[in-house]
Amino acid sequence: MSAKYFGASVKRREDPRFLRGEGRFVDDVKLAGMLHAAFLRSPHAHARIVAIRTAGAAAMPGVIRVFTSDDLRRFLKPLPLFGTAPPGLAAAIRFDVRQAAQYALCRERARHVGEIVAMVVADTRARAEDAAERIEVDWEPLPAVVDLDAAVEGGAALLHPDWGTNVAIAFTHGIGDVDAAFASADVSISETFFIQRYVGMPIETRGVVAAWDRRDGTLTTWNSTQVSHFVQQGLTVALDLPPHKIRVIAPDLGGGFGTKASGYPEDALIPIAATVLNRPVKWIEDRREHMMGSAHARHQIHEISLAARRDGTMLGLRDRIRLDLGAYNVWGIVLPYNTVAHLIGPHRIRNMRVDVQAIVTNKTPNAPYRGAGRPETVFAMDRAVDRLARALAMDPAELRRRNYIRADELPYDFGMPYRDGNPLVYDSGDFPAALEAALDAVGYAELRREQERLRATGVYRGIGISGYVEGTAIGPFEGVTVKIDLAGRAVVATGAVNSGQGHETSFAQVAADALGIPIEWVTVIGGDTAAVPFGVGTFASRSAVTAGSSIVDACARVKGKLVAAAAALLEASVADVEIEDGQAFVRGAPGSAVPLARVVQASIPTFARPGVASPDFEASAYHHVPTVTYASAVHVAHVEVDVGTGHVKLLKYLVAHDCGKVINPLIVEGQVHGGVAQGVGGALYEEMVYDEQGQLLTGSLMDYLVPTAMELPPIDTVHLEYPSPRNPLGIKGLGEGGAISPPAAIANAVEDALQPFDVKITETPLSPARVLALIQRSR
Amino acid sequence: MKPAPFEYADPRTVDEVLEHLAQRGDDAKILAGGQSLVPMLNFRLARPAMIVDINRVDGLGTLTETDGTLRVGALVRQRRLEGWSRERSPLLVAALSLIGHAAIRNRGTVAGSIVHADPAAELPALLLVLDGVAVARSPRGERQIAAADLFQGPLMTSLAADELVTETRFTLPGPGDGWGFHEVARRHGDFALVGAVATLRLRGGRIDDARLAVFAAGPTPRRLAGAERALAGQSPSPGLFREAAELATREMDTHGDIHATADYRRTVAATLVARALADATGRAKDPTR
Repeated sequence: MSAKYFGASVKRREDPRFLRGEGRFVDDVKLAGMLHAAFLRSPHAHARIVAIRTAGAAAMPGVIRVFTSDDLRRFLKPLPLFGTAPPGLAAAIRFDVRQAAQYALCRERARHVGEIVAMVVADTRARAEDAAERIEVDWEPLPAVVDLDAAVEGGAALLHPDWGTNVAIAFTHGIGDVDAAFASADVSISETFFIQRYVGMPIETRGVVAAWDRRDGTLTTWNSTQVSHFVQQGLTVALDLPPHKIRVIAPDLGGGFGTKASGYPEDALIPIAATVLNRPVKWIEDRREHMMGSAHARHQIHEISLAARRDGTMLGLRDRIRLDLGAYNVWGIVLPYNTVAHLIGPHRIRNMRVDVQAIVTNKTPNAPYRGAGRPETVFAMDRAVDRLARALAMDPAELRRRNYIRADELPYDFGMPYRDGNPLVYDSGDFPAALEAALDAVGYAELRREQERLRATGVYRGIGISGYVEGTAIGPFEGVTVKIDLAGRAVVATGAVNSGQGHETSFAQVAADALGIPIEWVTVIGGDTAAVPFGVGTFASRSAVTAGSSIVDACARVKGKLVAAAAALLEASVADVEIEDGQAFVRGAPGSAVPLARVVQASIPTFARPGVASPDFEASAYHHVPTVTYASAVHVAHVEVDVGTGHVKLLKYLVAHDCGKVINPLIVEGQVHGGVAQGVGGALYEEMVYDEQGQLLTGSLMDYLVPTAMELPPIDTVHLEYPSPRNPLGIKGLGEGGAISPPAAIANAVEDALQPFDVKITETPLSPARVLALIQRSR
Repeated sequence: MKPAPFEYADPRTVDEVLEHLAQRGDDAKILAGGQSLVPMLNFRLARPAMIVDINRVDGLGTLTETDGTLRVGALVRQRRLEGWSRERSPLLVAALSLIGHAAIRNRGTVAGSIVHADPAAELPALLLVLDGVAVARSPRGERQIAAADLFQGPLMTSLAADELVTETRFTLPGPGDGWGFHEVARRHGDFALVGAVATLRLRGGRIDDARLAVFAAGPTPRRLAGAERALAGQSPSPGLFREAAELATREMDTHGDIHATADYRRTVAATLVARALADATGRAKDPTR
C-alpha cells in the first residue's frame, strides 16, 4: 500500500460546509407536519410521585397529546445499561455490581433534578413548554442523598431500596506486595484529592427527530448521537421492530465528548411519540435541559499514598477511590475500572492496592466523558508524585525521570487485566523520551531560573508536569462497508460517527491509499445504520484504530476485486496488475493504464455479453482488534498566579505525545488543542454544583463556566511516533488524550508557583477564591 | 427555554412608549439590546405581559460630549460608546471592553445595562464614579436621577414603572486626570467577582478630587466616600492606598455565592482599590509639576 495521503496534513474536507454555515445538524431536519416535544422534569432531587394530572395541560392551545409513564407502559422498556466485566476481567477481580433499571419516563419515584416525568407534544415548542408548566404533580419529597460520605452512612436514604445500600460497585484489587513495599520505604506521603463533577458540554446540545412511515412500518430517526447503532438496538426493543425497519442517522454533530454516547430517554420517547401519533416529532434539548438531563462526569475522591526510597525510586501505591455516579449506575465497571487501570500510568510501580466504591446519589447520572476516569486518576497520581517530590526535596521532573518506565522495558506487563479483559501490557512508546522532549520544548531549566528571578519581584510563576499512558481504541470492532460506483468512485460507510474528529478526511486518507485512488474520489459516511449493518460508534478514542483497520481490510478486498477485473480487461495476469491514482495498469507498461471507471463499466453485464468480471466491487469488514493500544503523553503547564487576587493565568501549555503513526498532523493537533481546552476547564473553571437538597445550582452557562478562546494559552505540540504493533496502520487512539493531564499539570504548576506560601492543592477547579483562600491560610 | 407568551409593541415615539408603560405598569418590560432581558424571558424568570420594543423609537441615539459631560441616548450600543471612547476616554474603553464580548456589546445598550442594575456590571459602577445621572421621562415629565439614588439593590432601581430612561450622563475625567479600573472575573467577559474604579487629579503632588467605587462586592455598586475623603489633599503613596483600601472595606456590604465568598470579595476589593489608585496616580499628569 502506497502512502500518498497517510501522514499528510490534508485540510479537513468537512470544514467548508461548516465555515459556510451549511452543516446539517438535527435541528436542521424539518419535516412536513412536524410536531414538537417538551418535557416536564423533576424539580426534586428525590421524591415520590403520588399523582399526575394532565387534563389542564392537554387542554392548552396547540397541544396534541400529553404522555406519562402510565400512557406508554407497553413501549417503555428499561434504558440500556453498559459495563459488565468481560470474562478476562471478571476472572481476575470480584466485582460487586448493582445496576437498576431506569425508564424513559420515571415511575413512582424521581431520583434527580431533571429526570423526565411527562412528555408534551404540541404544534410548536413554545406551546409544548407552556403546557408542560400546567401539568400538576403531587410530590412526596424524600430525603436527598447528596454527599458521598453521608450516602454510605447507616440510615441514609436509599435511591434503589431493593439494593439495601447506595454502593453500586465495590471491589478491591492489588498487584505485588504493597504492605512490604511501604514497610521497606524511606519516605511515604498520603493525601486526599477531590476531583469535581464536570462534564462534556457540546456546543450543539442533544436532539432527536423521528418519523414513522405507516405504509411500510419503518421508523427513521435523526439523533445527535455518537452511537447510532446502539440507538437502533434500543429502538428494536422499544418499538418491537427488526433493525432493518429502524434507520438511525447521526447527522452533523456539534461535539460529543462521550456525553452523546449514553442511551437516553429521549432517544426512545421521540420515536415512540412519532409512532403513536403517526406524525414526525422533533425535540431539541435546550441548554437548561442539557445541564440537568445529559450525562454528568468525573467526581471522584482519592485517598492516595505513595512510598519511595530516599533516591526517589517509587515502591508502592495505595488508593482508596470513591466515585459519585449520580442516580443510576448506567456504565457499570467502566469508570471505576478505567480509573484503576490508568492509576500507575508511566511509573514503574510493581506494588499497588486499590479499594474502590462507586456510589449512587441524587444527581444526574454520570457517564464517560473524554478521558473517562483517566483525568481523575492522573490528577490523584501526578499530584501525589509532586507531593512526594516535595517530601524528598527533589525536582519533580527528576523524580519522574527516575521512575518512568524505559523504552527497553516494553512491552511492559502489569500482571493485571485491562478493562477489556486482556492483559494490561504497554505495547510501544518511550515515556522518558516524551518527558525530555517536553522539558526541552518548554525550556525547563531556563523557566526555573526565571521563576527564581521573578519571585524576588513579587511575580509568582510555576511549572507543572503530568504524564499518562492511556489504553485507547477499545474493541471489539467497528463496521465498514466500501463500495465502488460506476464512475470508479468510492463510498466508505462506517458505524463510527464524526462529531468533530475529521473522519471525512482521515478515513478518506486511509481509504484513498488503500484503494489507490485520489482522495477526492472518496466519500465517507458515518453514523447511518442503513449504510453499514453492524457498528459500534465513536467513543473511547477508538475510531481511527477500529474503523481505520476495517477500512484497510475492506479496501484490500475491494481492490482485489478491481485488480481481478482489470486483469480480465487488460488480458494480463492478476499478479501483474496495479492500481494507482485511480488507474489500473500492467506493471511496467504505463501505456496500458485504464481508468477504474472503465474497469467497473466493463464488468457490468449487457444484453450482448457478461461483464469481464462480477461488478461486485463491494466489501464489508469488521476488523477485530486484539486489545487496546497505549498512547502516552507528557504535558507541561506554565502559569502565573496573582497572589493579590488568586487569579491564575496560563502562560504556555506543551504536549509531547505519542499516538502511534499520525494519519493527519493537522487533525491530531486540533484534537490535542480541543482536549487541552476541556482539561483547562476542569483545572480552572468548570464545576457542576449541587446544594444540600440536591438542587443543581449551575443550571446555565452563566454559572457553569466553559473556557473560551480568551482563556486558552498558546499550546505547543511535539509529535512522537511509536507505531503500535496491534493494528495494520500502526496507529493509536488520540481523541481523549488532550483532556487527561491538564488538571494535574495546572494544579502542579499553581502549587509550584505558590511554593513560598507552602500551599497544598487538593481540589479543582482552581477558582480565584479557592487559590486566594489557600494563600491566606498559609499567611 | 421559550419565553412565556407576551404581547409585543414596537412604538416609534417616546410618548407612545410612555403610554404603554402608563397602561401596563409593572406588567410591561422595555426591550432595548435584550442581552439580559431575553435570557431572563427564555428562562421564564421574567414573565412580562407586554414587551415594549424601543429599538424603532426616534431620537434615542444621541452620543455627545459638552464641557466634560457625556450624554448617551438610550439606544446607544455599548460597542458604539467603546468606539467613541477610543479617542476620548481610555477609562471607558478599559471598562467597556470587559463587558461580555464584542457580539454582546454590538447589541447591548449603555442605558439598558444601567437600568438592569446588575451589581457586578461595569456601567453602573462607571455611572456612579463619574457622578452620572439617568434622565427619566414619564407622563409626569422629566427628572434626573443621580446614580447614587438610582441603584437600590440587585437588579433594583428607583425608577417608577411608568418611567423610561431616555439618556444617561457621565462627567468624564478631565485631561490629565488619572484613572484606574481593575476587576477579577472568572473568564474574560464574565460579570466581575469584584471590581474597583478610581479617578483622581494631582495638584502640587497631592491628590485632588479622588472618585472611588467598588462593584460586584455587594447589592449595588458602591461609592467610597470615606476613602475619598481620606485621600483628599494627601501625597500618593502605597501606604496611603492601603489605608484607603482598608477604609473602603469598612464601607462595603459584601456577599458570597458559588463563585466567591464574601470574605474573598472584601479582601480582593481592597487589593483592587489600592491597584486602581496606584494606576490612577501613575496616569495622572500634575499640571503644577
